[in-house]
Amino acid sequence: MRHDHIISATQLTRADIEAVLDHAADIAEDPGAYGDRHSDTLLGLLFFEPSTRTKMSFTTAMKRLGGDIVDMGSVESSSVKKGESLADTVRVVEGYADALVLRHPMEGSAKMASEFVDVPLVNAGDGAGQHPTQTLLDLYTIRENAGFDDLTIGIMGDLKYGRTVHSLAHALTTVDARQHFISPESLQLPRSVRVDLHDEGAEVREHTGLDEVLPKLDVLYVTRIQRERFPDESEYRAVAGEYQIDAETLEAASDDLTVMHPLPRVDEISHDVDGTNYAQYFQQAHNGVPVRMALLDLMLGGER
Amino acid sequence: MTDDDRKLRVSKIRNGTVIDHITGGQSLNVLAILGIDGTSGDSVSVAMNMPSERLGRKDIVKVEGRELSQEEVDVLSLIAPAASINIVRNYEVVEKHRVERPDVVVGVLECPNHNCITTENEPVESRFAVTDDGVRCEYCNTIIRDDLPAHILAE
Repeated sequence: MRHDHIISATQLTRADIEAVLDHAADIAEDPGAYGDRHSDTLLGLLFFEPSTRTKMSFTTAMKRLGGDIVDMGSVESSSVKKGESLADTVRVVEGYADALVLRHPMEGSAKMASEFVDVPLVNAGDGAGQHPTQTLLDLYTIRENAGFDDLTIGIMGDLKYGRTVHSLAHALTTVDARQHFISPESLQLPRSVRVDLHDEGAEVREHTGLDEVLPKLDVLYVTRIQRERFPDESEYRAVAGEYQIDAETLEAASDDLTVMHPLPRVDEISHDVDGTNYAQYFQQAHNGVPVRMALLDLMLGGER
Repeated sequence: MTDDDRKLRVSKIRNGTVIDHITGGQSLNVLAILGIDGTSGDSVSVAMNMPSERLGRKDIVKVEGRELSQEEVDVLSLIAPAASINIVRNYEVVEKHRVERPDVVVGVLECPNHNCITTENEPVESRFAVTDDGVRCEYCNTIIRDDLPAHILAE
């Protein structure tokens, strides 16, 4: 990898992506072979907002590489509560750790933080901005299930505030996927992502309903419609039910459809989908470990 | 309006900068971008909505005793793309050039995204990439295309 910091999916070339995914596949095949790979490495975890999968999978990844983590802990128990700036926090913690993982509620926080440290910094989600490591594990899951050739993907839900969507949309342009975006009009892609996709020549369609596009899809990527984003509860109720899928919905889909979700889900995927061959969202979450092991290994100087 | 009227309204300066061909009505925003609010003691003349063959109407700003840097005047291109800069010494124009659009403007505009890290109490200046049809925050990617002056940072 030629990047010291991983801030945005826009910085990942097709070659970068393939390098991480190939390495992740090797690791997944024999994870025990990497157990003393980075035995002297400490990864600093700075999570300024809640996280289950991302934080735990980074922790697991570092420990499975033989290293360990130093964790800032919750915002309430840290100096952030005393008013310390993010710039100061990362400058302090870089003295303790060999690399940093940052999740923060403000857009652009990871980019700013990276300007204050010399150790590699990974963006683990910056507000509604980007979530590039989620994208790498999403791509890994897509490649395992549907491949990248002639790929048609539907991305449904909160496209406006969904950082996983913003990152994934950028990355999918590097593999020339056909992208269908399905959302209420109020939650369509932000202008900056639209501009980038247009400039990158991405093949993109937007829809307000799933029915017309579902049969064409190789992958359906569902995200939670975030109730808290709506100014009016009635507006949320008007659209939420239309963006739920269940086993009956999927009867119109190809037998080879892969259903993904970055999780957590609330009610947008019914539990009756879990037992079908379509469901890959739990495996998708599990893939976070080998993918983050691969990324950390490459960032920290591991040889393939 | 006669030439004499115009001379009376915008008198010559001895040393300093004359910014001509500012888009009509934008001169106060030009002053804001340059951080000129009258408190520094500089003599400043402003003529607004003067007739202009090229622009229809234009503003002119004359700043006595201060020669603007190229970086400063480049930023003006965001709101006054046709502006010309005249550096005056001893009543003579010694340099004259057009503004050019810079690649990036730093610390000039405030990001309208209230969830952008640059709006927080952090030691970082706003930073916008200049595009063909607007500017784009280099931290949160928010694009501004219209009404740039509304986003000029207060001094």
